[in-house]
Amino acid sequence: MNTTHDDVSGAATHPEPARNRREFLRFAGLTGAAVAFAGCSSGSPELLAPASTPSGAVIGVDGSVTLDFSNELDVLNYAYALEQLEAAFYVQVVANASFGTTFAANEQRVLRDIRDHEVVHRNFFAAALGSNKIPNLTPKFGTINFANRTSVLETAKTFEDLGVSAYNGAARYLKSAEYLTLAGKIVSVEARHASTIRDILNPRSGDFAPTAFDLANTPQTVLTAAGPFIVESITVINT
Amino acid sequence: MSNSSDATRVLDSIDTEIAEQLLSRRAALARGASTTGVVMAGLRMGTVPAALAALSTSAFGQGGRLPTAVTGVLNFALRLEYLEFEFYNRGLAAARLIPAADRTIFTTIQTHENVHVEYLRTALGASARPKPTFDYTAGGGSGTGPFADVFTNYATFLAVAQAFEDTGVRAYKGQAPTLLPYKDVLQAALTIHSVEGRHAAEVRRLRGNFADNEPNQGWVTLALTDIPGTAAVYANEQNIMQGGIDVTTIVTGIAAKEVSEAFDEPLTMAEILAIVTPFIAA
Repeated sequence: MNTTHDDVSGAATHPEPARNRREFLRFAGLTGAAVAFAGCSSGSPELLAPASTPSGAVIGVDGSVTLDFSNELDVLNYAYALEQLEAAFYVQVVANASFGTTFAANEQRVLRDIRDHEVVHRNFFAAALGSNKIPNLTPKFGTINFANRTSVLETAKTFEDLGVSAYNGAARYLKSAEYLTLAGKIVSVEARHASTIRDILNPRSGDFAPTAFDLANTPQTVLTAAGPFIVESITVINT
Repeated sequence: MSNSSDATRVLDSIDTEIAEQLLSRRAALARGASTTGVVMAGLRMGTVPAALAALSTSAFGQGGRLPTAVTGVLNFALRLEYLEFEFYNRGLAAARLIPAADRTIFTTIQTHENVHVEYLRTALGASARPKPTFDYTAGGGSGTGPFADVFTNYATFLAVAQAFEDTGVRAYKGQAPTLLPYKDVLQAALTIHSVEGRHAAEVRRLRGNFADNEPNQGWVTLALTDIPGTAAVYANEQNIMQGGIDVTTIVTGIAAKEVSEAFDEPLTMAEILAIVTPFIAA
């Protein structure tokens, strides 16, 4: 497959979807400032004070993000942050010069597909949130050896399990059935990824599903685990 | 909506009692040892008591009664878990069906389904509906349905296993909105939902001998199925419209096929029951 993808950190730069996003969000009148901050230099005078976005998210002068879970748009922003991380990771995995020699043919198919799925998830949240979305995050992958099969697959396992536990733990903060269903549509795909990566690491073992109940981690636990891979600090309040 | 202090209080009050119930009930299970292992692992990790607390009747106040909406969903889930758990029990018990190399996979899934059954029964208490009698040939009790060789032909067994797991994912997903007001129950159900997704991916890949070629990848591509008679299990999985957005228009170089894979679609209770009914004899 000959595909092109966004750059590593780039969230959606695509045109707005044809259908009315505001109708989806069901928050009439919400027009956002969040996106404006993404492109501003940190020296801009208007950024000297933290800015609150319509979603409830607060973006600090250092790029730090505070998400307010009393506003369910910020629960989506939380998912958007994690999908940005995953998408950036898999884009870099597949783009690595040794990708074709580091991984077996079936593993390449798996990793390309997962890259596509995570880019889809990221761009979906970006489009759905529109002006309410948090800025692009900066991945920090210095500890990952992208030319090493085990390093990549172990990181993939960490991210996929983390994603599953994050969606499972954040669902309780959603207020609308529409968003809950959307999160549900995505979390089971993350679980399919986790199962696949785990089986590739330990074939035909029981590792694809290590427990009868998956974890449902708090945002704090998830962000502590994800923190080392993201430059900007992310904090969740009102959980 | 319960807060964290409620959850802690519930845990404190029922943890021992419920855990003991669960652990004593396992003695009646054929594979008590492995079930105990998983339950004990869960107890150590804290996941099992948290989930049990969520489903305990005491979590719903003085009356100690689960709301009708919750018992409806949990009994629906129990029916599906019974279907799966007896299926794997019988498959693993069948002579020369599951190759030695694949038994770990199926004992893992079997153990999980057993735990899910016990967990839902414990939560429902007296409200739990009894286990139906199943016809795994999908013959509605005739024993001569389209999957007549399900316990003698490994390929058929795998096909039915995949259909059950993918159906399970869609079933739990479809009930999430009903559980929305009951945050702890919702969360518990979701922690089962994603495990069904893990099972589904493993069985799907096993069916393709782990070569990860469509449609035997861990995820569902469009509404594709290579299993005759399972169109309803995959109906609408080709969907690319999410939240009013045509997702193919917001990505570059990613086809509708991959977009469809990125989202699993729910099914309603009625749609699920229509799929399951041929497998129920009585």
